[in-house]
Amino acid sequence: MATTTTIVPSAGPVAGSRSFLSRLRERDEIARMITFLFAASVVLVTVLLVFELWQGSVLARHKFGFNFFRTSVWDPIFEQFGALPFIYGTLVTATLALLIAVPLGIGAAIFLAELAPARVSDTLEFFIDLLAAVPSVIYGVLGVFIVVPLMRQYVQPALKHSLGFLPLFQGPAYGVGFLTAGIVLAIMVIPYIISVSREVLLSVPRDQREAALSLGATRWESTWRVVVPFARAGIFGSIFLALARALGETMAVTMVIGNTPIVSTSLLSPGYSIAAVIANEFTEATGELHTQSLIELGLVLFLLTFLLNGFARLLIVTT
Amino acid sequence: MLTMTGVCAMVAVSVLFLILGYLAIHGGASVNWNFFTKVPVPVGETGGGLANAILGSAKMLLLATLFGVPIGFFGAIYLAEFSGSATAFVVRYAADLLNGVPSIVIGIFAYGLVVHPFKQYSTLAGGFALGLMMIPITLRSTEGFLRGVPNPLREAAMALGASKWKTIATVIVPAAYRGILTAILLAFARVAGETAPLLFTALGNQFWSPGWTHPTASLPVMIYTYALAPYDDWHRQAWAAGLVLLVLILVINIVARAILSRGIAVPRS
Repeated sequence: MATTTTIVPSAGPVAGSRSFLSRLRERDEIARMITFLFAASVVLVTVLLVFELWQGSVLARHKFGFNFFRTSVWDPIFEQFGALPFIYGTLVTATLALLIAVPLGIGAAIFLAELAPARVSDTLEFFIDLLAAVPSVIYGVLGVFIVVPLMRQYVQPALKHSLGFLPLFQGPAYGVGFLTAGIVLAIMVIPYIISVSREVLLSVPRDQREAALSLGATRWESTWRVVVPFARAGIFGSIFLALARALGETMAVTMVIGNTPIVSTSLLSPGYSIAAVIANEFTEATGELHTQSLIELGLVLFLLTFLLNGFARLLIVTT
Repeated sequence: MLTMTGVCAMVAVSVLFLILGYLAIHGGASVNWNFFTKVPVPVGETGGGLANAILGSAKMLLLATLFGVPIGFFGAIYLAEFSGSATAFVVRYAADLLNGVPSIVIGIFAYGLVVHPFKQYSTLAGGFALGLMMIPITLRSTEGFLRGVPNPLREAAMALGASKWKTIATVIVPAAYRGILTAILLAFARVAGETAPLLFTALGNQFWSPGWTHPTASLPVMIYTYALAPYDDWHRQAWAAGLVLLVLILVINIVARAILSRGIAVPRS
């Protein structure tokens, strides 16, 4: 090899194999390092967030252990903290929200993706995107001044009158409570379900529809039996995404749930949620243990949304 | 069944107009000169405005933008132009995780990091919390737009002898300019209405907040407090503030989308 004479005496440096120094001189390496610092800081911040939630709740976690999730005494004076009512309230309101939002949201998504002409679909999607941008506190204001009085005067008495024999609809009609929070939450998460589901439905290959139609299926049959099952994973993804949003939603729920830490089977009863108790008590926490218990609730909320979001992403990506 | 799906879509969209309608009816009359120029009056008196809250919000959003946008923007450049796939995966994962964190938990984090060590609720802490929320939104969408810039553009610049950095600064970023601007505006609009992270970082204030290291009022927190207070005059102002806030956010959203639709660079990577 060494005997081979070089025909090309001095080939100029190829872009990919320039030396570190020349890249440094051309500022490539500096740019790389600076932008890397910014990217790394995102990771750092996220790690710090997890660390702080974990570290900030160490006392509460050690003192109460698993009982934190099983007991329902929340007493800052005697430093007894059981989170059951908050977890219960969070789960009940989120479930109610999904029960309302899923059929409505998926129905609307089917309409936008399958039936509406492209222009109508795009226009409506534009409004749906705007709806998703409405801040939580605005929903709270409308909840307090519009939904709560409606619930108190009409909906809740009507429910008690017709379905009052069920344990779900017992007790006085306060207006605020699980049901009201669930309804407000449902309105808030519908845009997310619609946007993601529409996107997923639109990505179903045209062949699938044509095959179904050519076999004699009606428009609805092709949509419901072929297109929707094809996009099933992505639609479930949108639902988990909505669930994660509903669990972590703070302001609107705080304003309409009634803020009473009780576990009640009645949906008309006022309740409390994890996010709401953090919002209400964090600045006024009386002792270290109180603050730490609230941070532990934050940790619970974080883990729940973390799992749901991860799961949702997995489902949406696989479709 | 087909008609039912149409009804679902109409119900969903009509909510937007119901919200706007209610806010306009209840708040429209109270959006006047005083609202923008006066500070709140003591309880029991009628009148006053929310000038301090508007300024507080503006200050915190300025801080948030100065803090969140550079990290998101340069982080995105790293992801789209420099990084290998393993690093990119970690950064993206962290950003997505951060994006999914409930805003109230962001508040706890900012409290622990900025408020607790200095024993002081402040504009700075509020701006930090909001900036934190802007990072993942800016990062992920900017990255998408940068990746949307066609490769031949990069190759052409390189072929002319431009260094990588020169290529990014003079070709790629300008090409994705509209998309990036849209991403930043949307991130801004998203945090402009955030209330939960401000509750225990910026706290609230009935007066002007001097400088950057004192508790400050903000429009969203003001809406929250006023709506739950038992005074009619405060309710009136809560409606008005809600209307102002929502119109601001919707206008930013519409402008952002208009910028994008007139331009290039599709966010598909």
